[in-house]
Amino acid sequence: MRKLRRYGPPLALIAPSVFLIGVFVYGLIIASFQTSMTDAHTSAQFTGVQETHFVGLQNYIDILKTDNFQHSLRNLLLYTVVFLSGTMFFGFLWAFLLDKRARAEGFIRSVYLFPMAVSSIAAGVVWKWLLNANTGARASGLNRLFQLIGLDFLQNKWWSNYNWGIAAIAIPAIWQMSGYVMALFLAGFRGIPNELREAARVDGANEWQLYRHVIFPQLSPVALSAIIIIGHMSLKGFDLIVAIAKPASYETRVPAIDMYQFQTEGNYANASTVGIILLLVVLVLIVPYLVHTARAEKNR
Amino acid sequence: MSALETQVVQSGVVDSRVGKHGFQWGTFLRHVLLIFFLVVVLLPVYVLLVTSFKGITEAQPARAWLLPSGWPWEWTLENWKGAWSGLPGIPAVGPAMGRTLLLVIPSSIISAMLGSMNGFVLSRWRFPHANLVFTFLLFGMFIPYQAVMVPLYKLVMWLDIPSGIPTLILLHVVYGIPITTLIFRNYYESVPSELIEASRVDGAGMMRTYWSVVLPISVPSFVVVLIWQFTSAWNDFLFAVFFASSPSQGPVTIALRNLAQGAQLTNYGASMAGALLASLPTLVVYIALGKYFIGGLMAGSVKG
Repeated sequence: MRKLRRYGPPLALIAPSVFLIGVFVYGLIIASFQTSMTDAHTSAQFTGVQETHFVGLQNYIDILKTDNFQHSLRNLLLYTVVFLSGTMFFGFLWAFLLDKRARAEGFIRSVYLFPMAVSSIAAGVVWKWLLNANTGARASGLNRLFQLIGLDFLQNKWWSNYNWGIAAIAIPAIWQMSGYVMALFLAGFRGIPNELREAARVDGANEWQLYRHVIFPQLSPVALSAIIIIGHMSLKGFDLIVAIAKPASYETRVPAIDMYQFQTEGNYANASTVGIILLLVVLVLIVPYLVHTARAEKNR
Repeated sequence: MSALETQVVQSGVVDSRVGKHGFQWGTFLRHVLLIFFLVVVLLPVYVLLVTSFKGITEAQPARAWLLPSGWPWEWTLENWKGAWSGLPGIPAVGPAMGRTLLLVIPSSIISAMLGSMNGFVLSRWRFPHANLVFTFLLFGMFIPYQAVMVPLYKLVMWLDIPSGIPTLILLHVVYGIPITTLIFRNYYESVPSELIEASRVDGAGMMRTYWSVVLPISVPSFVVVLIWQFTSAWNDFLFAVFFASSPSQGPVTIALRNLAQGAQLTNYGASMAGALLASLPTLVVYIALGKYFIGGLMAGSVKG
């Protein structure tokens, strides 16, 4: 009775959230998994007009076998690699350049960061145009800019490239998220105690040695967080691709797009299957990280 | 998670050497690079602005990077008017912005309140296995929403919620719980527990302690959470396209996409004006409250 008095109110307060997450996250993942193991490939089956049958993991096998989905997975990998390396490179470079106090630092930082306040759909409007595939006399966007500054050889088909198109979509993604990675790294740089720098200088380290041996090693936790965050974002990449290319275009397909395509076609079994595959890919990335941070927090 | 939550420290290292030797090549080069990247980052904004003031005939590829030809005497506001109130056969961004406001305001306030209460009982008014419950909630932040979309569609139909904005409010509230709980819990953990213990010893109940002690000190976290939820709901496209994709009901991202992918010929001028209009609210929030915004980003970026 006393326990109920003591713990009743906080449990009552958190119960609605636990219920909602229980249903909308855990319950729906289970339901999704169930649908992915049926042959509900038509709307009629989904709404219950026609019956569905249990097919086990057949949908997973079938989808993973298709050329389309293999292309999507390859695209996802390519997109993630380009997006990650781009944001890490620029984010780190900008933070490094800003670390030692620049003039108008606040303004510069805000400008670097602002693209992430803009929706991918709005960013897509201008980037679709910047990444226009036309070259020569009909060139616009970046291809036209390259002509103007005499770098004609850089003109290319961007996202319309059959095999590498998805890498072009990563360019606006890098534009959007580099500032964020910069903010993470800058926080890392500034979090290093001043005494540490001073001590290294007193010991006779030059600037490069100071960064190489004292500061950079301190940044590895930040780098790991940044990789996890950006990697996580890239696995779910959807908005930007839809805004720039058409959902149906083969060049820029990724699993998130496939899922959308299957759902709009009424192929709910396949849509669920792709969704669950995507979840598994995300978990492979996230779970080790969560275990790692949980351990680190315990040891603290 | 601690690295994600680190706030950007405003006061930093003052380089002791600057100014000692006057002109320095290193410092000069650093500034040149910073300005170069500043220009690169702003290039798309230049294109957006310039094109949005060009007439149909001027928004041609060959003139892509040029100012409107008659600048500064001749330019047009037609694109902005068209994007705001609609072009023939194309949905307007203006009314969609109004609908989106009706979506983001309630959803961010409700999820902030939920997050605050959850954070409170998970940190300062704990119950057995509170950490387990916290982890249970937090997991919702990491899932790709594609993994729940199919049954979610069914569930929303079954619940019979009016489609469009009301559905989106529900979804943003529910899927906002993990991140808002995380931000508030971390904030309350940093508040000295004596403050709350004192109230508890005085015999105040949980709700009274929450209302009169905890809530008044929660303002900074509310700002972070409200900004975060506001921008992510305003910019959301995934839920919108699955649950409110009809042009007359959808939020601003849907309207903008329809505008930008108009029936036959894309009207670049109007699309770019529309993109700028649609970005204004989040940009205003960002410029006015940028400092808090960064704090929120640190905590919240892993969310769906």
